[in-house]
Amino acid sequence: MIEVKNLSKNYGDVAAVKSINFSVKDREIIGFLGPNGAGKSTTIKVITGFLAPSAGDVIVNGMDIKTNQIEIQKEIGYLPELNPLYTDMLVYDMLEYVAGVRGIHGRAFKDAFARVIDQCGLSGVVHKRIDQCSKGYKQRIGLACAMIHDPKILILDEPVTGLDPNQIVEIRSLIKELGKKKLVLMSSHILQEIEATVDRIVIINNGEIVADGSNRSILRKFSGASSIEMELLGVDKEEVKKIEEKIDSVKVSSVRKSGSSTMVSLSCKGKSDPREDIFKYAVKSKWVVLGMSQKKSNLETIFRKLTSEAK
Amino acid sequence: MNNFKTIYLREIKSYFNTPMAYIFLVVFALVNSYFFTLWFFPSNQSDMRSLFSIVPLAYLFFIPAISMSLIAREINSGTIELVSTLPIKDVEFVVGKYLSSVTLIAIGLGLTLVHFFTLVNVGSNIDYGAVFCGYLGLLLVGSVYCAIGVFASSISDNQVVAFIVSVFVVLAFFLMDKMLIFMPQGLVGIMEYISIDYHLSNISRGVIDTRNIIYFGSLIGFFIFLSLRTFDLRRWS
Repeated sequence: MIEVKNLSKNYGDVAAVKSINFSVKDREIIGFLGPNGAGKSTTIKVITGFLAPSAGDVIVNGMDIKTNQIEIQKEIGYLPELNPLYTDMLVYDMLEYVAGVRGIHGRAFKDAFARVIDQCGLSGVVHKRIDQCSKGYKQRIGLACAMIHDPKILILDEPVTGLDPNQIVEIRSLIKELGKKKLVLMSSHILQEIEATVDRIVIINNGEIVADGSNRSILRKFSGASSIEMELLGVDKEEVKKIEEKIDSVKVSSVRKSGSSTMVSLSCKGKSDPREDIFKYAVKSKWVVLGMSQKKSNLETIFRKLTSEAK
Repeated sequence: MNNFKTIYLREIKSYFNTPMAYIFLVVFALVNSYFFTLWFFPSNQSDMRSLFSIVPLAYLFFIPAISMSLIAREINSGTIELVSTLPIKDVEFVVGKYLSSVTLIAIGLGLTLVHFFTLVNVGSNIDYGAVFCGYLGLLLVGSVYCAIGVFASSISDNQVVAFIVSVFVVLAFFLMDKMLIFMPQGLVGIMEYISIDYHLSNISRGVIDTRNIIYFGSLIGFFIFLSLRTFDLRRWS
């Protein structure tokens, strides 16, 4: 379990993380989402012991990072954002080095090595120098280094960067599988990635947590008014605007002509669904409706809203 | 303890996986051999003083060159983040790296033993104690310079900066003894005690005095301590 309490981190006068609080339970996959420079990586670097906190506490499995850094690092597997590797080493040597530092030698190393090679799909490059591997392979080598000791906690900073779509799907399913037994904390600025992989999302912006919850709960909490797009045939602009007088819950956002069609955008007040009223009004007014669709808030719109409001 | 070994072996492998170690060893051996033979035969004396006076000079550039990358490269390439988040104590990391550079110096000194065998073959009344002490002195001086090199490497992510700082500090220790005539009388005693040459010449005479050993040990400890502090400061930046 990871508990972050009032954590702050300053770089000189710049506050990168401002007194944030959150906790992650075992067997939970949590996604750190935020724009570049939001403080995701800084928070992760403090949790992994690379940076010292300016204020606040990080407690991992009951141990404080300030007093038990080495013990905590034994339980964490970490893939840094830039995935630094000793590029002059062979893949085998690199994994042997990381395993050696973690006290895995001999038979135990052979077993661990076989496991991560299988999980990360590295069998084709085991005896290659790392600088001769592609970016996708390097990313997987970094992941293998993080997993070689079968850690209880896996922290992955932008794990799918540089991977092709097939590899992304593979890594995503691997993370999901790992999340059944481990605590996985991953960060990304790719919404689809977070949405598809994690149980819980923490949105961070300007060093502060602006949303924390499951995908569904964030949508429920932050989704604002929906909008309705309509395509009408042979209806003029003035006639369309009359809908506001008849249906209280809608407001005409825009009306434009597209060939013989009139494209209408209606914004809905609150969380109401006025499609039935609109349909009845259209029938009554003898409008020819070629299309009508409702656009609800999704994670992307909420993310954009939350991360641009605070600026 | 195990991590010392893992870090140390990785560094040794890293030296020998690139041309660096081979270039260092060959050039170091050639430079020392040239000057040794240049003075050894004309002097017509059965000792290795000519070698023992050229090696500290060669150290001035060779040691900064082999130590400049030790930590600076890790900072520059970002692998410092990997290492700092593995369960490795700072002291294991720094000392493991330091010992790898001392090992390379020891191998370089080992290659100069060929001159010792030359001396054994052509010389007479050889003072083996002085030869042993001379080598011990060179190893200790090399170890101090390596500690300075590790410290210089820890303060920057730029290997060239690390090299320049290292040469500057090593040169300061090397020249201190030669600058005594310019020093105020009151400082001469202190400066002489701080200078490397003073202690090296004591050992080279064949006398192993604990004061000299403590001096070298203190300098090594001091620069390793500074490297550890610099390393730790990075975490708080």
